[in-house]
Amino acid sequence: MIKIYLFAQLQEDIGQKELQVEFSNGTIKELKQFLKNAYPQSSFDGIMVAINEEYAFDTDIVRAGDTIAFIPPVSGG
Amino acid sequence: MFTIVQEPIRVEELIQKVESPNAGAITTFIGTVREWTKGKRTVYLEYDAYIPMAEKMLQKIGIEIQEKWPDTVIAISHRIGHLNISDIAVCIAVSSPHRKAAYEANEYAIERIKQMVPIWKKEHWENGEMWIGDQLEKTPYPTEKPPLDGDRND
Repeated sequence: MIKIYLFAQLQEDIGQKELQVEFSNGTIKELKQFLKNAYPQSSFDGIMVAINEEYAFDTDIVRAGDTIAFIPPVSGG
Repeated sequence: MFTIVQEPIRVEELIQKVESPNAGAITTFIGTVREWTKGKRTVYLEYDAYIPMAEKMLQKIGIEIQEKWPDTVIAISHRIGHLNISDIAVCIAVSSPHRKAAYEANEYAIERIKQMVPIWKKEHWENGEMWIGDQLEKTPYPTEKPPLDGDRND
């Protein structure tokens, strides 16, 4: 089980701020595919991902208990 | 020193945070909500952030600045929630023995914020709304240098 935080447009598209999903020991890339299947209306392309509050690469592994955040292009300031 | 806040930002507080007997200069950058952008009238803005990570990333910017401009002291506050025209969205204060470093470090900080801190702005116009995402290059941190995008929303 992992926790996924969603923000900005992605949060609105999916209609939730937070998801709990059964996923572990797969790459970020695989997680994106998993979510694409679950939410075919949403696009996860070109969105950065953080694992436990650190930016991650598509090849990084997600483990049970991790907190994942999908980070669309930022616009602070 | 590095906070995401919900309430109005008080510039004086940030200045106090960086005051030091070693300082001969303090620069403040105040980012405010602009009414007109490319012919469109903003009614208000809404900011959201991934707060724990945003604060962590602001701290990272602080570390980068310490490495590049060793004698500086820096404080950053970014506000989230509903902001009206002219409200302060972000304030960056940098103190330094000499002014050049205070100017340079301050500008560096806002460029880095716009590049990699997980904060989002939603425009509310008279006839619509949109989450703004303005990064052309989405490279995971760390990068060597902030890219100088041609299409920045600042």
